[in-house]
Amino acid sequence: MADELQVTDRPATEKIIAPGYTFGSITDQISTVVLTRKTPVFWMAGFGLGLVLLLLFLLAVGVLLVKGVGIWGIRTPVMWGFAITNFVWWIGIGHAGTLISAILLLLNQRWRNSINRFAEAMTLFAVACAGMFPLLHLGRPWLFYWLFPYPNTMGIEPNFRSPLVWDVFAVSTYATVSLLFWYVGLMPDLATLRDRAGNPVARLVYGVMAMGWRGSARHWSVYETASLLLAGIATPLVLSVHTVVSFDFTIAIVPGWHSTFFPPYFVAGAIYSGFAMVLALAIPLRSVYGLKGLITDKHLDNSAKVMLATGLIVGYAYILEAFTGWYSGNVYEHAVTVNRMTGPYAVEYWTLVLCNIVAPNFLWFKKIRGTPALLFVWSLIVLVGMWLERYMIIVSSLAQDNLVSSWRVFQGTRWDWATYLGTIGLFLFLFFLFIRLLPMISIFEVRTLLPHAKVGAAAGEERG
Amino acid sequence: MSHRVHGVIAEFDNPTALVEAARAARQKGYRKLDAYSPFPIEELSDALHLHHNRLPLIVLVGGIIGGISGYLLQYFVTVLYYPINIGGRPLDSWPAYITITFETTILFAALAAVLGLLGLCGLPMPYHPVFNVPRFALASRNRFFLCIEATDPLFDVEKTAGFLKTLEPQEVSEVAD
Repeated sequence: MADELQVTDRPATEKIIAPGYTFGSITDQISTVVLTRKTPVFWMAGFGLGLVLLLLFLLAVGVLLVKGVGIWGIRTPVMWGFAITNFVWWIGIGHAGTLISAILLLLNQRWRNSINRFAEAMTLFAVACAGMFPLLHLGRPWLFYWLFPYPNTMGIEPNFRSPLVWDVFAVSTYATVSLLFWYVGLMPDLATLRDRAGNPVARLVYGVMAMGWRGSARHWSVYETASLLLAGIATPLVLSVHTVVSFDFTIAIVPGWHSTFFPPYFVAGAIYSGFAMVLALAIPLRSVYGLKGLITDKHLDNSAKVMLATGLIVGYAYILEAFTGWYSGNVYEHAVTVNRMTGPYAVEYWTLVLCNIVAPNFLWFKKIRGTPALLFVWSLIVLVGMWLERYMIIVSSLAQDNLVSSWRVFQGTRWDWATYLGTIGLFLFLFFLFIRLLPMISIFEVRTLLPHAKVGAAAGEERG
Repeated sequence: MSHRVHGVIAEFDNPTALVEAARAARQKGYRKLDAYSPFPIEELSDALHLHHNRLPLIVLVGGIIGGISGYLLQYFVTVLYYPINIGGRPLDSWPAYITITFETTILFAALAAVLGLLGLCGLPMPYHPVFNVPRFALASRNRFFLCIEATDPLFDVEKTAGFLKTLEPQEVSEVAD
């Protein structure tokens, strides 16, 4: 637009936004993705894949409800199998969204502004997928409300001393707080969509969701306080969630589980896999929707660095785990460590080492961090590696525990795989709906990145 | 049509002009002011003296209520309602209750933050007079507005509009109530 302000300042040296953007062009570019009638082929393909896998999920759940959890490979002593592996994997992926939206906000990392929205959406959908597994694993999922304390005629209540009950509280709190945080962040952008939508139905729906937001200075002042407080609340929460998930293991005395470094190791692993998912989503999205000016190479580089740092922590944890197995002098801990390396799960173990110890070290090279296609491949490697890690911890420890006579090797059945792939479908389905219906980048926060959003910045030139 | 006005609104095309206009209006003695912008502007809150709000207190109270009720819930269930003696261990085994107490603290604090935000902003609000100004739709895009409301003792449609025009806005318009 001709009457738009011109960028007169040099863009921030960090290059977290391409030069030449204006308040108007940012708004138009991000909101057009939602408001246009045209749907790109990429979207159709992604949504279609999600839908197909979602149908597979519904089929797998249908069969599960009819026949019971025996269709999965879970047999004594490996009663957790795929279900809990997938649960921990999905919950971990969600953690990057909260890290970006809360922790990086408190640390005043402004580059987060252009990736926080879809990362938070990723968190929500990942938690939804994670929640499926403990529910289905109950065997009688329709009685899930027995997990919560409520007055009932049976006169029984959950055992509050059990980490599994802690998990119910931690994960449901996490899902609720993530949803609230996400919605609060969306409100100003929903108002933008309301004001720009041509279609009356869309205007009504966005208008109702925006709740009458009008960008008043009084509201912004409270809003900023609310964002900071929510970030402050979400930060300890996100660290606690995977800690509590790791309590599911550490509080038990199964060899290979009973160790004090699980909480930090789980949290680091969660952020590691979460950033991999952020990259796996951001790299194709920014190409297809032409958003390279908003999600720049700098964003990818920073995310890759976080992945490298957390990957090194995870690698350290593996080494420490093996060291503890040897140094503890405990015959069972020692046996579990040796079994992991040489036993029936040796292939998985060494693939895991390749994915989570060797692969992240390639991210030291700027060439890999700077090449989106390679980074995409690397993030998939990390996602596979982290899944194997969860699998290794859960399955190998249970399959070969203290009593040799009860050992049994676990194998996932096709329904295990169908359910797992099905939740990937659920995730893709929800995520593609999200990018079609809601702004995938926070419009108002990206506006604040512009040099002329600063009061006093371009006033002289503009007045002259 | 009865000539009721909500106020007079001036449109600016950059945040600096809006903040300067808000300062000038305060200096002129206007107190019933509101400004509208597509993103939060810290200097604007300064100019309009908006720095204190009760949200932190609301969140604190929410968190304390959450923590206490989370602990009491567990205490009630394990000590009073459904006590089980396991090897003579104490019924009120507080270290085991800390996790859930922590989670309910967080949950109630977050709910208090969001409900408090909506409450303090008076949202949801289905109707507000500023939306009667056609160009106000740009307040969520790239325009900045300053509104002097009719409830201000110094308010006079002509004079206030005249004053706003001296601030070099893009446009000044009346806001129908």
